[in-house]
Amino acid sequence: MSNVATFDTRTEAKIPVESPLAYSYRRSGAPAPTGKSRVVLRERPFLGHLILRGGAIVLDEAVRQVLGVSLPGEPQGLVHDADGERSIQWLSPDEWLVIVPGGEEFELENRLRAALGDAHFAISNAGGGQTLVELEGEAARELLMKSVIYDVHPSHFPVGKGVTTVFAKTTVILRRPAEDRWELVVRRSFADYTYRWLLDAGEEYGIGVER
Amino acid sequence: MSQLNRLARGGRIDRSRKLSFTFNGKRYQGHAGDTLASALLANGVDIVNRSFKYSRPRGIVAAGAEEPNAVVQLGKTEAGQVPNVRATQQALFDGLEARSTNGWPNVQRDMMSLVGKLGGKFMPPGFYYKTFMAPASMWMTYEKYIRKSAGLGRSPMESDPDIYDHLHQHCDVLVVGAGPAGLAAALAAARSGARVILVDEQEEMGGSLLDTRELLDDKPADQWVAEALKELAGLDNVTLLPRTTANGYHDHHFVTLHERRTEHLAETAPLKDGRRQVRSRMHRVRAGRVVLATGAHERPLVYANNDVPGNLLAGAVSTYVRRYGVVPGKRLVLSTSNDHAYRAALDWLESGHEVVAIADARANPDGELVEQARARGIRILPGSAVIEAKGENRVSGARVAKVDLDGFRVAGAAETLDCDTIASSGGYSPVIHLASHTGGRPTWRDDIFGFVPTLVKGVSAAGGAQGIYATGEVLADGVEAGRQAATEAGFSAASVSLPEVAVRRDGAAVGLFQVPHEKPTLRAPKQFVDLQNDVTAAGIEVATREGFESIEHVKRYTAMGFGTDQGKLGNINGMAIAARLLGRSIPEVGTTVFRPNYTPVTFGAIVGRHCRELFDPERYTAMHQWHVEHGAEFEDVGQWKRPWYFPRKVNGKTETMHEAVARECLAVREAVGILDASTLGKIDIQGPDAREFLGRVYTNKWAKLAPGRVRYGLMCKDDGMVFDDGTTSCLGENHFLMTTTSGGAATVLEWLELWHQTEWPELDVYFTSVTDHWATMTVTGPEARKLMAELTDIDLDKDAFKFMDWREGSVAGVPARVFRISFTGELAYEINVQANYALHVWEKLFAHGEKYGLTPYGTETMHVLRAEKGFIIAGQDTDGSVTPEDLGMQWAVGYDKPFSWIGQRALTRPDTARTDRKQLVGLKPRDAKVVLEEGAQIVFDPNHAIPMPMVGHVTSSYYSPTLDSGFALAVVKGGQQKMGETVYLPMADGQVHEAEIVSPIFLDPKGERQNV
Amino acid sequence: MFYIHCPYCGELREEEEFHPKGQAHIVRPADPAACSDDEWGDYLFFRDNPRGIHHELWVHAVGCRKFFNITRHTVTYEILETYKMGEQPRFTAEHPEGRPSQDGVDPASLREGVRA
Repeated sequence: MSNVATFDTRTEAKIPVESPLAYSYRRSGAPAPTGKSRVVLRERPFLGHLILRGGAIVLDEAVRQVLGVSLPGEPQGLVHDADGERSIQWLSPDEWLVIVPGGEEFELENRLRAALGDAHFAISNAGGGQTLVELEGEAARELLMKSVIYDVHPSHFPVGKGVTTVFAKTTVILRRPAEDRWELVVRRSFADYTYRWLLDAGEEYGIGVER
Repeated sequence: MSQLNRLARGGRIDRSRKLSFTFNGKRYQGHAGDTLASALLANGVDIVNRSFKYSRPRGIVAAGAEEPNAVVQLGKTEAGQVPNVRATQQALFDGLEARSTNGWPNVQRDMMSLVGKLGGKFMPPGFYYKTFMAPASMWMTYEKYIRKSAGLGRSPMESDPDIYDHLHQHCDVLVVGAGPAGLAAALAAARSGARVILVDEQEEMGGSLLDTRELLDDKPADQWVAEALKELAGLDNVTLLPRTTANGYHDHHFVTLHERRTEHLAETAPLKDGRRQVRSRMHRVRAGRVVLATGAHERPLVYANNDVPGNLLAGAVSTYVRRYGVVPGKRLVLSTSNDHAYRAALDWLESGHEVVAIADARANPDGELVEQARARGIRILPGSAVIEAKGENRVSGARVAKVDLDGFRVAGAAETLDCDTIASSGGYSPVIHLASHTGGRPTWRDDIFGFVPTLVKGVSAAGGAQGIYATGEVLADGVEAGRQAATEAGFSAASVSLPEVAVRRDGAAVGLFQVPHEKPTLRAPKQFVDLQNDVTAAGIEVATREGFESIEHVKRYTAMGFGTDQGKLGNINGMAIAARLLGRSIPEVGTTVFRPNYTPVTFGAIVGRHCRELFDPERYTAMHQWHVEHGAEFEDVGQWKRPWYFPRKVNGKTETMHEAVARECLAVREAVGILDASTLGKIDIQGPDAREFLGRVYTNKWAKLAPGRVRYGLMCKDDGMVFDDGTTSCLGENHFLMTTTSGGAATVLEWLELWHQTEWPELDVYFTSVTDHWATMTVTGPEARKLMAELTDIDLDKDAFKFMDWREGSVAGVPARVFRISFTGELAYEINVQANYALHVWEKLFAHGEKYGLTPYGTETMHVLRAEKGFIIAGQDTDGSVTPEDLGMQWAVGYDKPFSWIGQRALTRPDTARTDRKQLVGLKPRDAKVVLEEGAQIVFDPNHAIPMPMVGHVTSSYYSPTLDSGFALAVVKGGQQKMGETVYLPMADGQVHEAEIVSPIFLDPKGERQNV
Repeated sequence: MFYIHCPYCGELREEEEFHPKGQAHIVRPADPAACSDDEWGDYLFFRDNPRGIHHELWVHAVGCRKFFNITRHTVTYEILETYKMGEQPRFTAEHPEGRPSQDGVDPASLREGVRA
């Protein structure tokens, strides 16, 4: 849709960047994982995040063509491409979250727009506004039980599921890409609160932060 | 002091582990496995408290959550103080320190007891209401006095060193109570594969099976308990939570559990593996199905002086003897209305102590237990009851007499039996508290003399909780409940083979609540109904005589069942007494409703981790660290932390807020300032109908806004009242970027979605929040263009890039969108960059800006600058009762738009169209030094008699360094037609300020400064 | 604390994720200018407060952000059904046990997303 202004908010120039957790590391520290850490936290900063809006039927073909995966049409669906680097997640009946390696998002947006042509859809870049935090380890699930109201029991939250839910007094997008790994998509302005909460609640499990 | 009441053998305590503790400053010893109550009884401590109102000595009555008297203050240290702990529920640990809640100077010798003795006459029910009613102004004083002498426990005055948390649990079947019914239910549900949580409030699971005389499969019952628990513990789908009380049952099977994780170990949680551990934890459980296996509480009989230490529940006697190896006396008299209580006498006898007699209210008691007692040679007095206890600080005798239950009178001469302990049992009350929380009114059953719960869908009661008491039947009922719950939750039923329990032949019980005395109730010695709240049978009689007929009113008048007790022992007796006095049946006087929480919950557990620095989220912008490093003071705007002002150190002295703000204001007006505006809400709007949609939700016109242009807009609700404002930029023909107020971002997005999803789904448009994606910095002031020119490739020529234009390009090497909008009235550029680059851009601006005097400013300066220009803040100058016309913003209203936009119709309603509505104006104080108070009320005539008609109030008020004067925005009735008139602001201190109504635009009314 | 089935997410979710938005099926008059002041006032301010079955508009605010309707019993707090925008309730004051299917308006015949 040429009537929409696209804008690459990234630059190739060597500009210092700060992830949403940069301030938190300096302020609250980042305890290194030890052999006794039953849960490990790891930020995956600067990924490309796009919000894709439109009808599932409209979007499905373009997504398959451009991303090589089919759009998860069922609620709470989360799919990854073959090498696990790119994912697309159902957020609502007309909203999906696409996460790709940092730097790919603008080209991806343009290719999707080209593939979608005149259809009614919207794509918004959200990469500066959120970050991905991974939790891994045997205590990850219990740490999440302290934090989110959603049922994270494996029978209710299998691999390949993702939800938006309440985290302490804020919200997160919670995803389970692998048996032993959870992902939290955290809004930038709430990242420090979320980080401090996880460190505090994870103390019992000797939480470590991988940087 | 030796444990004089401790048996040499028996019980579930570990005699090899001695624990020392102090109670009211005196040191005692107990054993691992004791509760504080069992240890106190072992040591022969009779008096544990003074009563709430009459200050009578009180001893331990029960062995569980229903204990009304032994409510203690726990804690050695100030920070470790915990009030309202039931000694019967507190596990003993080494070094435990506890004190009585009531009693001054101490429980043995209490000053208030004198009042209590006289108080029979002086403290009738309703005493507080009657005595302390007038004068009302003295109530605070009275209350302080009452609380001090009543002693409701005290909270610690120091910060709690412990940590607490919450755990969100989900399960298919929640089983509350791990006695025979609960264990059986849990086994049945767990074996079917359901996710099961089994919760029990006691130190050990097993409930009545831990002290029963009965055998399961010819083995002691606790062996079966151990096997059942072993199986449950080994199942992945089962969570066992001992020391955990289900305290509240909320909507849709949401149950709050309070787990005490370290309270049995020490006063403050000991370190575990070198790390802090959680002291108590609130489990917030969403259950699919719930089985209430909460058992029953024994009801005490209501006889004269039934509160003297040494009066216990019959079942509690058995529990202390069999579970804790403690016999709380030497010579026992039992008064009962049923067979089951006979076990107390048998247990007592087998411990090697004397049972003086059993007074049985039934004419011909003949059950199996009765026969056993008879065979052991215990004296049984049929048709009799204890009518009065003798003794003051400890029972010294029991007056027993024949009673005529139907005639409610003593039917023969009383005999005084020499004893030191009286056990009583009036039957059992199913524990229906949790079921009651769900709103179901309980049902009275005459066959069991008790209320059984009325249950909502998805809940079942099992065993004692629904009036089934025989162990074999309880187990079977539990299995059935567990199986049914699992089946309903979608699992297939599993088989559970039950242990053999010999069927005991029990004789029928009689209904006995208050025991008659030779004297009428009002003249007899006190017969207590609610021990914790000092409510007597006479009190209930007075209440009914004074016309309180509904049990809910009697409760409130007498305080029966109040507070932390929640009527566990007293409510049914109280209802029975009221019913008899009113000549009605118990269900006719009503039922009683129990409220959460079942037992007290500490604030720590309620708060969990939501305290201190995690009390509420603090939202930071990408430049937050810079603000901290540059000494910013912060202001809370919603959850955002925004720089308020940046005080500098001048000659070693830190500027005051007034000085800093004045400096910042002048910097913007004379040179250039910079504001972190990242907190503004930003919504990306795309779609062919985006423009049409904007036209419907904003008051002004959007049809012709071209790409590259920006427009200010007001948003109303359909009642015509302003609720948010901001600028929206046209990015492309079908693409807009809307900004909202910082606090309104989420509300506005939801508002747009509401209209789109429910009213205008035919409009093709999508809204996506991009608030956090962009960091926003406002560079503003006469020198702004020069500074920008050093860092951007955008053509800044005043005609190429006009006021209310936006352009894209790079700033400091970073892709940026720059908007020429101004909230200060000065030349301004609002730079938006992806937030990850923001700190770099911000620092580059300072590297280049120093020579222009670039000054960071905060929200306070922003407020002064915008108010000088008459720019409103939605939510400060508006309060949901202000229309665009009230604001004098007719220029932002599209009266002739084709679609009736949200709010338009309401503007012509009679009230909205009044000309004397409160309208936004400027106020210029007559005395330039005065800064009016925000919120101050405005009057036209200061000499008017009080109450003066109030005609408006100040909405924004500051000192303007540019004008060197105080100035304000205000809403004043009909103010727009009153320019130049004087209004008055009478203040609380008696001063009356004078101000002139002026235009709200104090500076540059033509807007020339921002247009350069 | 309710447990609410979001018809768009297809599962039960905690009340904390939702915002209540008042009575359901309040339609904005198509031509506001043609409304009398009284009619407009009714639309703005007057709402039912029944003891029993009530239809409410909610939004899955922390979730899919979709608006939908709930039929709730105001005494028992039981949620009898939740349904998407444009669909009609099965449970009403006239049909507390649920509307027989042949009697109802076919939800599919209504425009997707319309509140009324």
